[in-house]
Formats: sequence, structure tokens, C-alpha cells
Amino acid sequence: MHELPITESILKIVLKHAETNNVRQVMAIHLQVGKLSDLEDEWIQRYFDYLSKGTVAQGAKLKIERTPIMVQCDACSNSYETEVAKLGDLVCPACGGRGGTLLSGREYYIKEMEVQ
Amino acid sequence: MENIRLIEVKEEILADNIKQAAEIRERLRKTKTMLVNLMSSPGSGKTSLILQTIANLKDSLRLGVIEADIDSTVDAEKVAARGIPAVQLRTGGFCHLDATMVTQGIDALAVSDLDLVIIENVGNLVCPAEFDTGAHKNVMILSVPEGDDKPLKYPLMFSICDLLLINKVDYLSLSDFDSAVLRKRVLALNPHITILEVSCKTGVGIEGWIDWLKREVKIFRGLK
Repeated sequence: MHELPITESILKIVLKHAETNNVRQVMAIHLQVGKLSDLEDEWIQRYFDYLSKGTVAQGAKLKIERTPIMVQCDACSNSYETEVAKLGDLVCPACGGRGGTLLSGREYYIKEMEVQ
Repeated sequence: MENIRLIEVKEEILADNIKQAAEIRERLRKTKTMLVNLMSSPGSGKTSLILQTIANLKDSLRLGVIEADIDSTVDAEKVAARGIPAVQLRTGGFCHLDATMVTQGIDALAVSDLDLVIIENVGNLVCPAEFDTGAHKNVMILSVPEGDDKPLKYPLMFSICDLLLINKVDYLSLSDFDSAVLRKRVLALNPHITILEVSCKTGVGIEGWIDWLKREVKIFRGLK
């Protein structure tokens, strides 16, 4: 639902790096987005296509890698992967313990970009 | 054909917001003004809670309110009518407040003369959870008619809050809302959260919320 401001930030960062690296054309942008985020990949691309018109990033493809939701068990410290729907009812696969601390899954990160 | 190069970017997409939120916290720490970000779905009782808070605290704490709405000034008018400084931010269609908008709100209030500023965020359980507003404490309201399954649908919101207020407990007898199940689900997401039950309509439990606020303000000001 908040794809627009996120996309504005992506474009700003991409254009900054494009300028310092004398980029003629940005071909692709690799993002890491945590699975806890509600971002819709299709909408980020649509907003990006709209916002990037007339810039060196026009036409760039956003390649989104979803990083897993990792939780650490409060009882035995085992780390394990889980899903959004299971977060309210966590059970550690190692010890059966309930409750855990979120380690990852909230990322919003630009990894790299392919350019000419 | 020209070769494709790979450029390492390695940047947080929300870095600007994270930085600005940290600046807000630092600025308000100097003026000893605690900032509380209040979030919930539309209609859960954010404005009612703020009005209850004003009624209970206006003689003991200097309050201010930052209201966010997509496009109306109804809430700020209600607050201002009670003699409390209020700023209305129109988010212009945005579904959440970010640190830039909150900075505008703080600039518009004379914060150095205030002990506590409450932000009424846009009614939404999704987007506000992603954007740090610079608040010192995050508080959310879940009202009984919304159902006890909301932590399963919006886990991020429940995981970032310091306090959960279950509002409209006067509806409990009319609903299949299970407080014990809700608590279990919320604590699994966030073992450090405090959960209080209130009814802004009847006033039940409001004392617990007021005590929580007073205690947090004291801790924030280094008095306890």
C-alpha cells in the first residue's frame, strides 16, 4: 500500500549512484525485500516506470529477492524460518518452545544495479 | 553491444526516513518532550482516546497533538476545541506519516513548552508500521469489533508497538472476541508489549492507560 514513497526512495538512490558512476542506462536494479513487507512487486515496477520517465533509469527492471522471515526461539536460541501466517502461533521445530524474536524479514535494501 | 556493468549499491531504501526519525528523537530529548505515535485501523478509537487523555491529563501535563488525515481537519478541530495545541497534517492521499511530515508537525507546535505530544497516525494497520515517525513510544489500538485474528493478518504492526490498547471492551459480551487468544497471539509476536483493556466510551480501564503514560513520561524525563 505504500509502494509510491518506497519507489521514490529507490529511484533517488539509483539516480545518485548512476551519476557518480557515469551511467548511460540502468538496465536492472536488484532489491532485497523482507517477506514481512506487504509490497506488491507489480506495483513497485509500475510506479517505477512512471517516476523514472526521462531519467537514465527509464525502462529498468526491478528484480526483487524476498528475504525469509527468520526467528530465534526464546527458549533454546535455535534460529528457524517461518511464514507471516505462523508468526502469531510460533512453535520452535527444535524444542517445541513458543515465542521468539524476529531476526530478519523486514529488509528494504538495494543490493546492486546492472548498468551500461 | 556495450557491456553491462554491475554497480554495488548496498543502501537501505528507507535510510533517509530512518535518519530523520533519529533526528526527531534527539531534538525532542533536548526539550524533554516525549513523542507517542498512536496507530490503529480507522474507527478503532484513536481520536476518542486522545480526547479521554486530554480530559485526564491536561492539568498535570502540557499536551500537544499532531493529527494526520488523508484529507480532513475534523480531528484537529475536536482537539483544539479543548484548548490543546493541535496541528493537522494532510497526507494528501498517503496512507501513513513519515518522519518528514512529523518534523513539519513538530515545527508547527511550540514543542519546547510541551511535555507530551501524541501523533494520531493515519487509520491503517499496514503502512504506518513500516515508517519510523521519530516517536519514543509506539502505541496501537485494536477494538473488539475488529476481531482477535488481527495479529495474524498484520504481524508487523503488533511486533513494533510498546503498548496495545484493546478498546471497546464494552462490546465484549456481544462478540466472539477471545481476549485470551488475542493475548497469546500478540505476545508470541512481541513478548515485551504491554496489553491494557479500555473502553473510551464508558471510561473503563482509562486509568491504566493514563498511569502508563504518566510513568513513561517520568522515565523519559529521567525522573524515575
